Amino acid sequence: MLSKKQARAFFLIGTLVTFLVFIGLTVYSLSEGNDQTNKENLTAEVVRGKEIWESNNCMGCHTILGEGAYYAPELTKVIDRRGEGYIKAILMSPVPWQPNGRKMVAYGMTEAEATDVISFFKWIGEIDLNGFERIVSPLAKDRFNN
Amino acid sequence: MKYKSQKVAYWFFALSLLLLTLQIVYGFVMGFARVGMDGLHEFVPFNTARAVHTNLLVVWLLSGFMGAAYYIIPEEAQRELVSVKLAYVQLITLALVGVVAIIGFHFNIWEGRKFLEIPRPLDYLVVINVLLFLGIILVTLFKGKRRTTTALVLSMGLFFAALLYLPGMITFDSQTMDSFFRWWVVHLWVEGVWELIMGGILSFLLIKLTGVDREVIEKWLYVIVGLTFLSGVLGTGHHYYYIGVNKIWIIVGGIFSALEPLAFLAMALFAVNMYRKGEKKHPNKLALYWTLGAAIVSFVGAGLLGFAHTLPQTNIYTHGTLVTAMHGHLAFWGAYAMIVFAIISYSLPNMTGRKLYESAIGRAAFWLSNIGMVGMTVAFGVAGVVQVYMERKLKMNFMEVQQEIEIHFIVLIICATIFATGITLFIIDFIKHGTPTDEALESNN
Repeated sequence: MLSKKQARAFFLIGTLVTFLVFIGLTVYSLSEGNDQTNKENLTAEVVRGKEIWESNNCMGCHTILGEGAYYAPELTKVIDRRGEGYIKAILMSPVPWQPNGRKMVAYGMTEAEATDVISFFKWIGEIDLNGFERIVSPLAKDRFNN
Repeated sequence: MKYKSQKVAYWFFALSLLLLTLQIVYGFVMGFARVGMDGLHEFVPFNTARAVHTNLLVVWLLSGFMGAAYYIIPEEAQRELVSVKLAYVQLITLALVGVVAIIGFHFNIWEGRKFLEIPRPLDYLVVINVLLFLGIILVTLFKGKRRTTTALVLSMGLFFAALLYLPGMITFDSQTMDSFFRWWVVHLWVEGVWELIMGGILSFLLIKLTGVDREVIEKWLYVIVGLTFLSGVLGTGHHYYYIGVNKIWIIVGGIFSALEPLAFLAMALFAVNMYRKGEKKHPNKLALYWTLGAAIVSFVGAGLLGFAHTLPQTNIYTHGTLVTAMHGHLAFWGAYAMIVFAIISYSLPNMTGRKLYESAIGRAAFWLSNIGMVGMTVAFGVAGVVQVYMERKLKMNFMEVQQEIEIHFIVLIICATIFATGITLFIIDFIKHGTPTDEALESNN
């Protein structure tokens, strides 16, 4: 029968080993050769767009890369689906956008801010998501197939 | 109650229940918004309600864990807390930071990163607060007459929870990197070190409630937390399948996530077996209900539902849908909310001296909240599966699908009302016990 000492050794050694493997895999998957995000395209506009995305907690309703809340559409391939003009109109709208009655906060962004957010969406849209990009956005999926 | 300073736990539990009440209110705001009743949109838009709902969850659970530690550590270390005054300072500052953060969310002041929305300056205050808490606990433990495995595991859990808050404070230009390290905090908390805290509290309660030998319980505690880390650390990979990092995580995350239910199964079997084995039948049946309930519901909510959602072949469809909300609700309820309720139910009569063990209100609270939460989980699950099918298989538009699944949110609101009734009864029972008193010292168990 297992003794308390052996149980402790199982806990300590198991934890240490898995943490080390986890750190190793992290280093491996984030190494230069394994980039799937096109890091070189992270321009100042994209970064400003991400800041606007975060400072307004867009993730509190939308999802991006499949993460966020589930109250409003996934935005990973949104430029593909809707085009820039549509997105810009929503972001700059001074009154709440309400497709099918569900309201979005009216952010009334400037043209420059809206352009930054669009740059951010474009960068997101180019990331290799291991196949999820073809599932997440129905219309984008159709385009992939054509 | 054996030490006067344990009384401080009561106020942490009271804060917990207050914040839980607020969490439920904001949950209702979101539920009603989903069925088109969003009259509060101008003051509390969905993203505000959502940030308040999830952050309150974290703060009330942490407050519950801290209360648990302030109650358990003196008994385990066999001495008073080193400073009760500092513990009260810590309580008040924790409440202040939480309240300021939540008010800020109503004025667009936040970081906008799921679960970690608290703005940066407040992050530093959280760190100081948690360091103060850890200082009190660890110094008490260090100066104590004995160092038990239960106290050690609980303190380790709290220490690593504090340490793992730090990766969430690093800023990245890349959304993928941001997400990657955000999960170091969120996943390694809830599927890692928080389970140490849960295991520590569970072990303490089983020792007290079943009378089974401490050595036996603590041996199995090591095995369970060992299994937790063995599966949970590499199980982090299930958050990395589809966010723009290497495919290696699909293999590693897939395998180790599939092992995660084992840790929860072990925890459930452990709790039930210790109960069966125990010769001492503690009169506090409610505490026993919540303790065994936590072990069993966490296996279903976190273990089984988590397993169903994290298989890579399933997750490619369910990632970013209401299926996540289904798993999240029952997992948090079973693993963490119920264990906090268990320690409250056990310690409350000991701190106040009012042994209301046979309370009908208390039993109704247990059953109504559990039935309500299971109903909510089913409503989220049905809505989620329909959403996946319509949106990702039939390629329907997001809002069209949302209208189709609206009916499930009416069911959700009904079940949430049952749940909220259960919680209200629990709070009534809590208030009926009165406040802690030194006179309760004589009537210890």
